[in-house]
Amino acid sequence: MELLCPAGNLPALKTAIDCGADAVYIGFKDDTNARHFAGLNFTGKKLEKAVQYVHDNSKHIHVALNTFAHPDGFNRWTKAVDNAAAMGIDALIISDIGVLEYAANTYPELELHLSVQASATNVAAIDFYKKNFNIKRVVLPRVLSIHQVKQLSRNLTSNVDLEVFAFGSLCIMSEGRCYLSSYMTGESPNTVGACSPAKYVRWQETENGLESRLNDILIDRYGEGENAGYPTLCKGRFEVQGKTFHALEEPTSLNTLSLVPELFAANVASVKIEGRQRSPAYVEQVTRTWRAAIDRYKADPDSYSVEPKWDATLANVSEGTQTTLGAYHKKWQ
Amino acid sequence: MKYALGPLLYFWSKENIESFYQKAINSETDIIYLGESVCSKRREMRPKDWFSIAKEISDSGKQVVLSTMALLEAPSEVNVMKKYIDNGDFIIEANDVSAIQLASESKIPFVVGPAINCYNAQTLNLFLKQGMTRWCMPVELSREWLQNVLMQCDDLGIKGKFETEVFSYGYLPLAYSARCFTARAENKPKDECETCCIKYPNGITVNSQEGQEVFTLNGIQTQSGYCYNLINDLPSMNELVDVVRLSPLSVETFSEVSKFKANETGTEKFALKDARHCNGYWHNIAGLDIKI
Repeated sequence: MELLCPAGNLPALKTAIDCGADAVYIGFKDDTNARHFAGLNFTGKKLEKAVQYVHDNSKHIHVALNTFAHPDGFNRWTKAVDNAAAMGIDALIISDIGVLEYAANTYPELELHLSVQASATNVAAIDFYKKNFNIKRVVLPRVLSIHQVKQLSRNLTSNVDLEVFAFGSLCIMSEGRCYLSSYMTGESPNTVGACSPAKYVRWQETENGLESRLNDILIDRYGEGENAGYPTLCKGRFEVQGKTFHALEEPTSLNTLSLVPELFAANVASVKIEGRQRSPAYVEQVTRTWRAAIDRYKADPDSYSVEPKWDATLANVSEGTQTTLGAYHKKWQ
Repeated sequence: MKYALGPLLYFWSKENIESFYQKAINSETDIIYLGESVCSKRREMRPKDWFSIAKEISDSGKQVVLSTMALLEAPSEVNVMKKYIDNGDFIIEANDVSAIQLASESKIPFVVGPAINCYNAQTLNLFLKQGMTRWCMPVELSREWLQNVLMQCDDLGIKGKFETEVFSYGYLPLAYSARCFTARAENKPKDECETCCIKYPNGITVNSQEGQEVFTLNGIQTQSGYCYNLINDLPSMNELVDVVRLSPLSVETFSEVSKFKANETGTEKFALKDARHCNGYWHNIAGLDIKI
């Protein structure tokens, strides 16, 4: 089982490789990827260095082209495919059907992974992408229970590897099918490559407490002593039928360390760590912890258990310093 | 311009659904989408119940399209969807790529629904080869985006080979989750939800702590807090849009269809703000905003 770690810049990438990642994933410095944030991502010399560093260490590098191609700029996406292919990267992660078709036809030897943003949750959907574009791997949206992941793995009709999210900020919607961000701001992961974009965020001390707003809409209000989090719009406190609570979800991160044996049993090919927007320090903590967990399981599957210090380390770098099993656990749903 | 009644997104009793569609027969709609597209636990209507309504509507001269689910997680859900696809009489609306795969295998024509991620003509071109007859674009897209896609279609030589449809009225389906938010609001686990969404014929409103309607909870689907309404934008759809979709809220939606039809030239300006309606997406701004 591959440990796949995020890298938003060169220091994070080197850290991931040095701390035990089997592979890293990156994005280009434009809106072809869904972590299109200022100061992040790769271009030019840094990109060359990134590929070089990963390959010098005999690891893999994946490039995410996981936004949907604009009709008035389609060639930005095809150029990104050309660029990635020319760099000799190991796999391209793509969500857009038009871009997949271009990549499959132009570079039949290039390994294609279906991005989580394509939202393929069942065998028939995976068949569509396998038959049309010969994808090698599918990244599963965070909507399946662990039982459903196993079931899907057993029922696959084509030779496709499964990659699942193992740790990181929890997207609670079926990825690629959430327009909440563009509803509030005009910009969504699919069109612009960002959810709840920072430029729309405003903090304000008021007599009601500290308020966080997204495009002027009140997302949350914090009392004294409460930890204030980034106003991701699905993690605010809202009023529903007279009660004010986290109507959709609390600020929390996904952590599946306890599911490692089941992920092996489901024949999962790769576990993905979320967080290309996070610091090298985050990448270090999470990569080391997950490396240790996977190695521990491999050395002695029967006695695997999660060490308290692993959980503590991960909780420290989590949203709201709490973690959840998310949809893998039926009760969360 | 043709008018379509989108699939019912909420969970109503069988009696209410049947009486609603009896009235739909006499409405001014040209196309009626039928079926459950949100949650497989909503079982007031069995496939045969939908087929029977479909037959009756089709006999009255309207086009019927059977809508399929957007989020399919269990093999059993895909099997039920196959029944709809292989019904033998009606075309289907695909709301997941799995439906496109199965329909193309069965050589059944399909409408690409708004829950499919289709953002450019290259994608439409592939769907067209597999049997697409109509495309209802993702709700977050604008007039400008549509225009650009159709220009691309011209270049690819596929313009006019399929119809375009725009979601133009109703609460926008914005997101799908494994979690049922209606059950969560009632503090029930999803496994014991008692299909409590049947109590909310237009979903549950979520307000900000300042009382602004931000979302509407509809089971695993999250909808817009404001009702989307393009009644003032019909003239700008000329040459771009073949079908205007209204999403059913109640029998009142039929009079909305009549109002839309009467306003095709835009003679009347409806006050969206007073009604807590929005039209932002069409104008390439935040969905919840209003462009007068």
